[in-house]
Amino acid sequence: MSTSAFVGETYRKRLIVFYIPLFLFVFAMLFPFFWMLITSIKTDAELYNRRVSPFLVRDPTFEHWRMLFQDTLFLQWVWNTLWVAVVSTGISLFAGVLGGYALARLTFRGSTVFSIWIFITYLVPPALLFIPLTGVMSFFGLMDSRASLMFAYPTFLVPFCIWLLIGYFQTIPKELEECARIDGATRVQAMVKIVLPLAVPGILSAGIFAFTLSWNEFLYALVFLSSPENKTVPVGVTGELILGDVFFWGPLMAGALFGSVPVAIVYSFFVEHYVSGMTGAVKG
Amino acid sequence: MAQILIKDLYKSYGETPAVRGINLTIDENEFVVLVGPSGCGKTTTLRMIAGLEHITAGEIYIGERLINDVPPRDRDIAMVFQNYALYPHMTVHENMSFGLRLRKLPKDEIGRRVREAAEILDIGELLDRRPKQLSGGQRQRVAMGRAIVRNPDAFLFDEPLSNLDAKLRVQMRTEIKLIHQRVRTTVVYVTHDQVEAMTLADRIVVMNDGVVEQVAPPQEMYDHPATRFVAGFIGSPAMNFLPCKLTGNGSGLSVILSDGIRLNVPANRESRYRDYADRDLMFGIRPEHLTEQRQHTNAEQQDFTCKVGVLEPMGIDTMVFMNIEGADVCARAAPRSVKGPGEDMMFTIDMQNMHLIDPESDRIL
Repeated sequence: MSTSAFVGETYRKRLIVFYIPLFLFVFAMLFPFFWMLITSIKTDAELYNRRVSPFLVRDPTFEHWRMLFQDTLFLQWVWNTLWVAVVSTGISLFAGVLGGYALARLTFRGSTVFSIWIFITYLVPPALLFIPLTGVMSFFGLMDSRASLMFAYPTFLVPFCIWLLIGYFQTIPKELEECARIDGATRVQAMVKIVLPLAVPGILSAGIFAFTLSWNEFLYALVFLSSPENKTVPVGVTGELILGDVFFWGPLMAGALFGSVPVAIVYSFFVEHYVSGMTGAVKG
Repeated sequence: MAQILIKDLYKSYGETPAVRGINLTIDENEFVVLVGPSGCGKTTTLRMIAGLEHITAGEIYIGERLINDVPPRDRDIAMVFQNYALYPHMTVHENMSFGLRLRKLPKDEIGRRVREAAEILDIGELLDRRPKQLSGGQRQRVAMGRAIVRNPDAFLFDEPLSNLDAKLRVQMRTEIKLIHQRVRTTVVYVTHDQVEAMTLADRIVVMNDGVVEQVAPPQEMYDHPATRFVAGFIGSPAMNFLPCKLTGNGSGLSVILSDGIRLNVPANRESRYRDYADRDLMFGIRPEHLTEQRQHTNAEQQDFTCKVGVLEPMGIDTMVFMNIEGADVCARAAPRSVKGPGEDMMFTIDMQNMHLIDPESDRIL
C-alpha cells in the first residue's frame, strides 16, 4: 500500500468519526443562538411573513432590543439573577468545600451513611420539593423576595457541590496533608495551605455549575416570586413577555439572548480550569 | 536527637489487629530499620510514631515525653514518604521552608537553613523549580531536604526508595547512609527490602504479622537468626530449609536429611541439641555454606552427593538447585565447578553454620 493512499484513508476516517459529528454538534449547539439573534432583530412584519426565508434578515431593527431594555425591567431582572446566583453559589461552595473535605478525609461514625444521604437529598426532584419549601418560605416571611431563592437554591446546590468535591478531594494524595501536619501545620492550616490551592480546579467547576444552575433555575423562581421587580431573567422574560396567548417574540428572543450571554462569558473565562477539574488528578 | 521508646504498642482497625504488642527502644542517633513483608505492621508502627494513626493501646515516648496524645506537628519529627509528598504548587525552596515558615522563624534563618540543606543534598540549583520539573531522584532529595531543614528529634522514612529504579535506589541508599553520618540524628526507616535493611541499619527490627520477630544488628541478625521467619527473610537467596531427623551416633549427634545424606553435628553444638535427639526437626543452611566440593578448612565441613536440578549462573557464582527428599535446595558454587543438570555432583557443607529449627515453635535452637 502506498503512503498517500494510507494518508487519504485516515483523512476520510477522521472526517467521518471526527469532523462531521463535531460539525453537527456545533451546529446544533449554536443554531438556537443564531435563531434568537435573527428573531430579535427582525421587524414583526418580516417575522410573520411566511413567504420570505426565515433564516435571513432583510430589514434589521433594534426596536425589540429597545423595548426589552426600556419597556420591561430586564436590567433589574439581570441584577436580581446575578445577585441570587452569586450569593447561592457562595453559600453552596462554602458548605460544599467544608462538607466535601470532611467526607473525603475525616473518618467519623456514620460518615459513609451521611454521604449517601446527601446524595439522596440531591435526587429529590425540585418539582416535589417546591410545595413544602413554599410553606417554609412563607413561614419565614420570605415569599416574593430574592432571599427566598438564596436559601432555596442551596438545597440542591450544596449536595451537588459536596458530591463533586468529595471526588476531587479524593484525588489529592493524603500524604501531602499528613506531611504538612508533621511539618507543623494544624489540620485547618493543612487544608487551607495545601489542599485548597490544589483543589482550585475542582472548586471552580463546582462554582461554575452552581452559578449556571442558579442562573437558569425556573421553578422555584416562578413559585416564590410574584412582583415584576423581584423576578429573575428566566421568570421575568417568560412572565412579562408572554401575555396570555400573545408572544412578543422579538423582545422574548432578545431577553433569551442577553440572558445567556453572562453564563457564556463565565464559562469561557474558566474553561481550562473547568476541564481539568472534571478530569481530576493532581500530578506530582 | 532523642531516644524513642515504644511500650506494649497495639493497633487494631475494628476487629483486625495490625500491631500486636511491640516493645522497642531506639537509641539517640541510632539508625533503626523496620523490615518485614507487606501487612506486617511496620508502616502502621511508623505512622503511630508520627502521630498519623491513633494508638489503640500502649505508649510511645520521644525523649522523656509521652506523645500518645500529642498532635503530629508538636512531636518534633520529620517524615519522608514513599511518594515524596512534595507540595506540587510550591517551589523546592517553598517546599523545604514550609515547616519553618509555619513556625515563624526569621527570614534569614530560614534562608540559611535551606541553603545548608540544599548544599548537603546537592540540590542548590533546583531551589526555584517545582516538583513537576524534577526527576525521581531529585524529588527524593528534596523530600529529605525538607526533613533536614527542620532539624528534628527524629527522622521517619516510609519506604523512601521503592519508587526509584534499581540503579538509583542503590545510589540513594548510599547517600542516605552518608547523610546520616553527616546529620547525626535518630532514624526510623521502614522498608520491605531486606538488602536495604542490612546495608543501612545500626539495628534491624524484623516484624511479621504485627509482632517483632527479632531485634539485632545486621550481621548478628544474619549469623544468628532467632526464628525460622527471620532466617528465611534475611539473606538472598534465602536460607534452605529441609525436614530432618536428629539421632545419636555413638557419642555424638547426626542429622539425617535422606537415606544417603547423614551429617555429623559439630561437637560444640551437641549440648545445645542433646534434648532434641530422635525428634523431627527442620534443618537450615544458607546457600553460601553449601558449595561445590572443596578442600576442607575446618573439621566440620562434610561432603555429600546429589543430583543437579537447575543451574542459575550469576556471574560471580552459579546457583545450583537440587531436590533432597522433596525439599528444594540451593547451593552456591564456583561457576567452573558445576556439573550439568541431571548429573551427580559432590557438595561440601559447612556444618559450623547449620541451624536447627523446632517446627512446633519455629524458633531456632
